[in-house]
Amino acid sequence: MSEQLIYELSVPGRSGTRPPKLDVPLTALPTELLRDKLPLPEVSEIDLVRHYLRLSQLNYSLDHGMYPLGSCTMKYNPKVNEAAASLPGFTGLHPRQDEATVQGALYIMYQLQEQLKEIGGFAGMTLQPAAGAHGELTGVLIMRKYQLDRGEMQRDTILVPDSAHGTNPASTHMSGLRVVEIPSDERGNVDLAALKSQLSDRVVGLMLTNPNTLGLFDENLLEIIELVHECGGLVYGDGANMNALLGIMRPGDAGIDVMHFNLHKTFSTPHGGGGPGSGPVGVAEQLVEFLPGPVVRQAISVEDEFPYYTLHTPTQSIGPVKSFWGHFGVIVRAYTYIRMLGAEGLRRTAEHAVLNANYLLRRIEGVYHVPYNRLCQHEFVVEGHFEDAPEVHALDIAKRLIDYGVHPPTNYFPLIVHEALMIEPTETESKQSVDHYAELLLKIAVEARETPELLQEAPHNAPVRRMDEIRAARQPILRYVPVDSR
Amino acid sequence: MVYVPHTEAERREMLAVIGVESMEELFQDIPAAHRYPQLELPEPLSEMEVMQELQELSAASLNANEAPTFLGAGAYRHWVPSVVNHIIGRSEFATAYTPYQPEISQGTLQAIFEYQSLICDLTGMEVANASHYDGATAAAEAVIQAVSASRMKRKKIIVSPYVNPQYRQVIHTYTQGMGLEIAGEATSGALAELVQLVDKQTACLIVQSPNFLGELESLEGLAAEVHARNKKTLLAVATNPLSLGLFTPPGAYGADIVMGEGQPLGLGLNFGGPYLGFYATREKYKRNLAGRLVGQTVDKEGQRGYVLTLSTREQHIRRERATSNICTNQGLMALAAAIYLSTLGKQGLRQVAELNYQKAHYAAQQIDALEAFSVLTTKPFFNEFVVQCPAPAAEINEFLLNGWMFDIIGGYDLSKDYPDRQNQMLLAVTEMNTRTEIDDLVHALAGFEAHRILGGDHE
Ligand SMILES: Cc1ncc(COP(=O)(O)O)c(C=O)c1O
Repeated sequence: MSEQLIYELSVPGRSGTRPPKLDVPLTALPTELLRDKLPLPEVSEIDLVRHYLRLSQLNYSLDHGMYPLGSCTMKYNPKVNEAAASLPGFTGLHPRQDEATVQGALYIMYQLQEQLKEIGGFAGMTLQPAAGAHGELTGVLIMRKYQLDRGEMQRDTILVPDSAHGTNPASTHMSGLRVVEIPSDERGNVDLAALKSQLSDRVVGLMLTNPNTLGLFDENLLEIIELVHECGGLVYGDGANMNALLGIMRPGDAGIDVMHFNLHKTFSTPHGGGGPGSGPVGVAEQLVEFLPGPVVRQAISVEDEFPYYTLHTPTQSIGPVKSFWGHFGVIVRAYTYIRMLGAEGLRRTAEHAVLNANYLLRRIEGVYHVPYNRLCQHEFVVEGHFEDAPEVHALDIAKRLIDYGVHPPTNYFPLIVHEALMIEPTETESKQSVDHYAELLLKIAVEARETPELLQEAPHNAPVRRMDEIRAARQPILRYVPVDSR
Repeated sequence: MVYVPHTEAERREMLAVIGVESMEELFQDIPAAHRYPQLELPEPLSEMEVMQELQELSAASLNANEAPTFLGAGAYRHWVPSVVNHIIGRSEFATAYTPYQPEISQGTLQAIFEYQSLICDLTGMEVANASHYDGATAAAEAVIQAVSASRMKRKKIIVSPYVNPQYRQVIHTYTQGMGLEIAGEATSGALAELVQLVDKQTACLIVQSPNFLGELESLEGLAAEVHARNKKTLLAVATNPLSLGLFTPPGAYGADIVMGEGQPLGLGLNFGGPYLGFYATREKYKRNLAGRLVGQTVDKEGQRGYVLTLSTREQHIRRERATSNICTNQGLMALAAAIYLSTLGKQGLRQVAELNYQKAHYAAQQIDALEAFSVLTTKPFFNEFVVQCPAPAAEINEFLLNGWMFDIIGGYDLSKDYPDRQNQMLLAVTEMNTRTEIDDLVHALAGFEAHRILGGDHE
């Protein structure tokens, strides 16, 4: 089943739109600057709508069924969020309008800043970063500048555990700092001895994901933070996994100095097939003035004593990390979610996320090898490999799940687990849905022994069969080229 | 409870399977002193109450779509065809994630492949990635591409002062730890002067056309001049993609990188985001490119399909040696841009671009005819131009908004970024501005003159 490219549907002379009539006198065009050809497709509106409708049907999405992609928190995206974000007084605001004319929007941003500070235990918050990785870069730049402004010029190193997501070392590198990797111990915690051996006055800080990417809460969290602080370093928290901690623990209370949130994970905003996300960054008191600008401040207007909101750039700001103030459309959705849930709802969210994960883990342990078998948080990692079915790999299990109409877990991450399958059910899945997923995993484990080729050949009933990724990389075709000009 | 479907009986059953007595026991690894904080958050509301509150907040701002608006400076009010939001609102696109499993993500993958193709066609380039966060971060990634292509040997970059000031600021932010020399911002901005700065150390020259003042830079011959001074220096051009419906794209002038803000391609204003950083380069730099790339391939039965490819450039494989840290990008916004470009198509895009050009020129002529206002833009321009005003731009905007018969959202105060540009305003005119709106603006500006002469007080 395949769909033609939009270019292949093109018929010269068609268009899907009629622009308004020109209602002003003509000015001559600068002919020497005009382009000669514009090879865009020409399709009618109905052809276009059908094209995209057919494409959409080739996708699996969260609204189809369970999507337990570890580390991504694919929880249900409430529809009220969409209704909220499409209100005309939000979608129609120009970011450079006079502050007095955008008070409704600034109010929401201010409230979300305050709410995230409260949830995370931070003194300051920026909503500007566009995604998690962007928040990391922001946070690492803040840590770097803080150390430089203290005169600690020799500090050039960020410690990153080997279980960290690839964006952590990549963000560090972009900030101009050096990455030193810290191994994990046999319980999945940061190896304390290894950490100690790397602590020195070269350390800007440590980037910690907690719960970590194995889904485990580091049992030595407080000691780790204390050790890093003692050597003059800061602790960055990768907040990708905050869904386990909402109302359970505030990372700021435990001493985390900087942390990004992922509104597209924890706060239920749609993932959009790969964005837009939003990665607000919270910081401890001593870092507030380093935040990227601007942040929203509340002022009391003199005349009428109504709160008034303004955009303000912190004094030692690292500078803006993107245009304007952040992904406002995503911010409205996250605000709506927090208003719907309140403190109680957030806590129950985390509790049920952790409940679902532990329950699924217990249902499949023994059949799947669990390399770090402790109580997990909102997700867990098993090996997608069986000793008595050596030719079956995690990838095959993932592809076989597709045949059964569910989305596979994250595979091959974290890198420290052999043939990793990283499973995050999220709290919005019912017991029935988690049970169903467990039964599929158990069934596939049997198939792996009895009919391994069924897995290796999977998927069998997806819109396409297994794709040739090697060919894609060896002979890259990265754009449509019309047949006659190839 | 909203969004958590578990019943009490199910919870108990599940806790029993896990082998714990209570929810709290699941959190035994969390330091007791910090466990279960009291969060001070507003009480939860029903959907009806939340929407009522949000409707009030929506009404508390002035919607630029409902007032004559002449504000641009990096974000533009354009007509978004109804099909765009209809399609990007579909759950199949909106509630999927990055297409890691190509067999069940062909919809997203093919749409992004089409987006990459459309961006190449529009910019006149050979390879486009699946998106950056916005125009400013795309500009910063261009610097990183150029510097890392030189293996950190060339550490000077040259930036025109008329590259969008936000892009320039973000370049400074991103590169603050890289030890780069950033030259050019203190020049007059004349291309000849910028080219003179290109030397052995120069990784790239970044210009923008239409530039921040709305003018089309004369890119003819620029690439050759840059490469004549240093054949390894990359020419990166930021552009407004809608202007390319009409004007020769930077790719045809030999640019090495073309990028910018994709918001004009069917994305609402949304108070500044989410927008779209589009990014295109030459075939030979495809392995230096940041971000996701979708490639065409076949499945095991030979059927055409699409996958994420060349991922050894990326953070999840290459970690600290990746070309960028970007992971989640602007997938849904790239889809919107692809739908927009396909809906308008070859003719429509040109027509909309021309409407922008014509209306902006009409507005400029009318304003220039006023006694106290004059248009400073002398080079060809697209849909933005600079007006010298008889008073600070802020004062005029205040009059347009509050002192005139109805609200008009005026232009951008250039003195905010260019202190020597006192009393200068950048006005944007798009297809959304009717002749009546433009005439009203002109009357209002004339009214400002009169009001100044009479010394009236509009407060
Ligand atoms: C642990 C972790 N950190 C960081 C990121 C990066 O976040 P984003 O994709 O929003 O940039 C991810 C994303 O999957 C993640 O799982």
